[in-house]
Amino acid sequence: MQATIEATMNQMQVLAYLPFYPLLSFILLVLFAKRLSWLTASILSVGAVLLSALSSAYLLQVAMLTPNSVVDVHLWQWFKLGDMAVNFAFRLDSLSMVMSLVVSGVGLLIHAYAAAYMKDDENFSRFMAYMNLFIVAMLLLVLADNLVLLYLGWEGVGLCSFLLIGFWYQDNDNAMAAKKAFIVTRVGDTFLAIGLFLLFRETGSLAINDITALAGSGEIANEMAFWICLLLVGGAVGKSAQLPLQTWLPDAMAGPTPVSALIHAATMVTAGVYLIARMQGVFVLTPEVMTIVSWIGALTLLLAGIAALAQSDIKRVLAYSTMSQIGYMMLALGAGAFSAGVMHLMTHAFFKALLFLTAGSIILALHHQQNIFKMGGLFKKLPLVSILFFIGIAALIAFPGTSGFVSKEAILAELYSSNTAGPVFWWLAIIGALITSIYSFRLLFITFFGDYRGDVKVHPVTDKLQLLPLVILALLALAGGLIGLNLTALFPAPPTELNLVTGHSDPAWLHNVAIATPFVGIVIAYLLYFPKTGQAVVGSDSSLTKFAHGGLGFDRLYEWLLVKPFVFIAKVNRRDVIEQLVTGISWNVQAWHEVLRASQNGQLRWYGAVIGVGVVMLLAILIFSGTSEPSLQVMNGGAQG
Amino acid sequence: MILTQMVLVLFVGGILAWAGENHRPNMGRWISLMAIIFAFALLLDFAHSNNELFHQYLTIANIPWITTFNIHYATGIDSLSFILIALTLLLGVICVLVSWQEITDNTGFYYFNLMASIAGIVGVFIATDLFLFFFFWEAMLLPMTALIAIWGHENRHYAAIKFFIFTQVSSLLMLIAIISLALIHHQQTGSYSFDYFALKQMLLSADVEFYLMLAFFIAFAVKLPSFPVHTWLPDAHTQAPTAGSVLLAGVLLKTGAYGLIRFVLELFPKASAEFANVAVLLGVISILYGAKMAFAQTDFKRLVAYSSISHMGFVMLALFSFQQIAYHGALLTIVAHGLSSAALFSMAGMLYSRLHSRDLSQMGGMFSSAPRMGGMLLAFVAAAFGLPGLLNFVGEFMILTGSFKVYPTSVIFAAIGLVGSAIYGMYLFQQSFQGPSKQVIVDLSKREIIICLSLLALLISLGLFPETLLMHFPEQYRVAANATATATASALVPADSVINLGANL
Repeated sequence: MQATIEATMNQMQVLAYLPFYPLLSFILLVLFAKRLSWLTASILSVGAVLLSALSSAYLLQVAMLTPNSVVDVHLWQWFKLGDMAVNFAFRLDSLSMVMSLVVSGVGLLIHAYAAAYMKDDENFSRFMAYMNLFIVAMLLLVLADNLVLLYLGWEGVGLCSFLLIGFWYQDNDNAMAAKKAFIVTRVGDTFLAIGLFLLFRETGSLAINDITALAGSGEIANEMAFWICLLLVGGAVGKSAQLPLQTWLPDAMAGPTPVSALIHAATMVTAGVYLIARMQGVFVLTPEVMTIVSWIGALTLLLAGIAALAQSDIKRVLAYSTMSQIGYMMLALGAGAFSAGVMHLMTHAFFKALLFLTAGSIILALHHQQNIFKMGGLFKKLPLVSILFFIGIAALIAFPGTSGFVSKEAILAELYSSNTAGPVFWWLAIIGALITSIYSFRLLFITFFGDYRGDVKVHPVTDKLQLLPLVILALLALAGGLIGLNLTALFPAPPTELNLVTGHSDPAWLHNVAIATPFVGIVIAYLLYFPKTGQAVVGSDSSLTKFAHGGLGFDRLYEWLLVKPFVFIAKVNRRDVIEQLVTGISWNVQAWHEVLRASQNGQLRWYGAVIGVGVVMLLAILIFSGTSEPSLQVMNGGAQG
Repeated sequence: MILTQMVLVLFVGGILAWAGENHRPNMGRWISLMAIIFAFALLLDFAHSNNELFHQYLTIANIPWITTFNIHYATGIDSLSFILIALTLLLGVICVLVSWQEITDNTGFYYFNLMASIAGIVGVFIATDLFLFFFFWEAMLLPMTALIAIWGHENRHYAAIKFFIFTQVSSLLMLIAIISLALIHHQQTGSYSFDYFALKQMLLSADVEFYLMLAFFIAFAVKLPSFPVHTWLPDAHTQAPTAGSVLLAGVLLKTGAYGLIRFVLELFPKASAEFANVAVLLGVISILYGAKMAFAQTDFKRLVAYSSISHMGFVMLALFSFQQIAYHGALLTIVAHGLSSAALFSMAGMLYSRLHSRDLSQMGGMFSSAPRMGGMLLAFVAAAFGLPGLLNFVGEFMILTGSFKVYPTSVIFAAIGLVGSAIYGMYLFQQSFQGPSKQVIVDLSKREIIICLSLLALLISLGLFPETLLMHFPEQYRVAANATATATASALVPADSVINLGANL
């Protein structure tokens, strides 16, 4: 609390403006659009993110000296839910500090790279505008002091993701991928929204701090905590592309490569991880949901790893890899290793952004060729880019000494003894690590070794603006693990009665196995995939490969389970069944009108006959009805008629 | 009398526009525009000098009209009326602007009808005598029917007749209920009364209250519209000229919501509470059914029309959940939907003027030739699917959060509507502006930019500062307070003392 008081006006001001520089740039870019030259648009958009990054760095320097420092800034009251004010207010603590550094820092590097990458696109300023808007939404998401503002950012990044995946909208496939991403994540968002309704009903608040405090003091019933957390997980799996809502991420690679790096690797897809880490106060109340999160993470990391083994598109390999790595983060959260999960989020942002961006440079150098079987031998043709890519791969497989090693080891170290994870999960994670190393080196061997199999000339990559961010990211991927995260104040040990740590003591061989696994994978990958001289390098087309290539059948399952029935119901009732009923009424009215009109034909014989029939019918009713009272009524009715 | 002046300014403005247009072409639109702006100025001036309207119901005029039946020309205003009138006049300006070049034949008479309809709507919001209310209710419908029947699209006669029959049948029910109320008042006190406040104090037997409530409810549910009496809306919205659609979706539907709040909930609090389950169910069905139907459409305007049904379902859900938060959400949704649907219909008109088609399958890839238009459409679609930061989100969020306390299951189903709106919203945007370029169109003109930007600016600013609207509404949910107060009163004290209390008030 003391730290809160120490937060000076100056710091609060810096924090208040932090997310809004890119917004200003977005507005200018949209207003002046094509009238801006490449240079102006670049300076504007990259400069805006630079300001945000500098603000983050400044705050890190001056305000985050002690682990439990907090800077709060209240901008305005948004609206009120009963007595609870929902504010536009930011809260900077060590978790949101890490996140805003990652978002603005990695975001800055990717923006700079994108300025070079997209230079020749005729809609350059529109692209940078969307990227800026994304940064705004993402910063709001991580800085929000309440869940409604977080939801604003949450939806905002979803919209930007839609816009950027479908940036080249003229191609129907891209537009479809964008729509898929938006709608699948929206399903998750809806779970999150319902979770918020439930949270508000149970706690009367949506401010993160209040909720954590209430959860800590045992104000939330256990059963309710279960449902709340389950719904929050629903939101998290949508955004973070985890089972069962993971299907949108591979298709999202339709967007330009900087988008894949920024949104679908480094930042947005980790929002689910952030959400769970943010709400850990409630999550620790329900070991059941924690275990579910562990399972989601473990299964996703395996499935995505297997799918990555069968991909032929370099970006899709990386997409599945992202999904798999987020699986590790989820597994960490589920095991209660919050700090390790967030650590892996950060290092993953470094090395995955690096991998995507170098892949982008390769794709550009090969004139938009993304098929790895049309590559090969690139190490000789693009040595610098190749080395950068190798660094990324090394971090991805947790090669000792890299940042990925530090964070993944941290996760593995806590799995074995966790109550909500345990030895089974540790083994699944190890198998996952093995698969990671196999698909990584499959990608590396096929792409960079052997002979060049493409038919276009390889352009050398010389653009400084492209290379500089890559080099910085490579340094971070190598040494980012040295950035010690001190989140202990944020993630205190859970209450003792719900102790997440069991008596499982870690066996001595644990770390050795974990460290050795990637090397086993490399050997396997070498035996299986290293291009041999005089032998064609082609992808397998066995049915198993196809199955894995298609993301293990989930797309088809959902197609049959959800999309087709929905479209069918929508189309079958396109004319609105209620409408038919109403037209039915009007048809009836018309028909009766015709009947009655026909009966009034002015012919005496007809009238006489009808009267006769009527009298006979009345008499029949009189005779056959039992009591006298109803018959009288009929008589009266008849007389009036 | 200032409220009456407003109605008169609008109506007389309509007549002048008609006369002026015959005198000199293009005068009609200027006169209409000036008249609406003048009426707006009157409203603001009035609100400025009568701040208390934001805290209580301010009765303005009360002049005997038809003395035999004790019918008065009685008007009044409170914050609800004020906001709805402001919305009406604002969208009135938009209506004139979208008609600027669209209407070429019989222009004078067109503006007369437009202005008469707007005047009628404003009248509906200020009448405190139920007979007068009914008078204005009819007065707004006839010119609207004319707008559809004369200046509508290819199927206009069918749509106009359908619109007319639906609204007339339902308002007949309401008329019967109004007369019954007056008769009951006669029975109880010896004199007829159509006065809203007098009728509100009446104590009705449970059965009578229920049936009268039902009659009002049906009348307003048709207008809202709610499933299953919504089928007039897609035809009317689709066939109406652009301004007609804007007016229909923007404010005419809101008279239904207004009626529910002002009459159904306040005159019959107990019956409404009893009926709440059914109404909430209808609201949820409307949300889902409207969203589902919207997705199946290939006609731009028809899609937006069905989306309106979905959005107004949220209002129904909110009003009958009797929760303060949800009620505030409903107020915001009413305004938000007014602005966003008006914007979407305006854009439909702009597209129609370029393509002479509303068929989505003929559109596609227009973003490259008209990026501003695409950006605007996206923004309004985003408003419709509840993107936070725009007003619609705050409304729907408050509705769902508030109602969840009492109707958790219904809210969960209603929340599926959030996915539904994303599906049809994206379908609308992508079909028209993304994909391979099928059409090359001219981007927004200055006039069109003004229309879009002003609506968007309102949606954003109110979306970020919804308190500017909500601060005018009392902390306590009046309706709920009323319902519980009446319930406790009747439970604690004998019935006749309640009547006395009513007489004293």
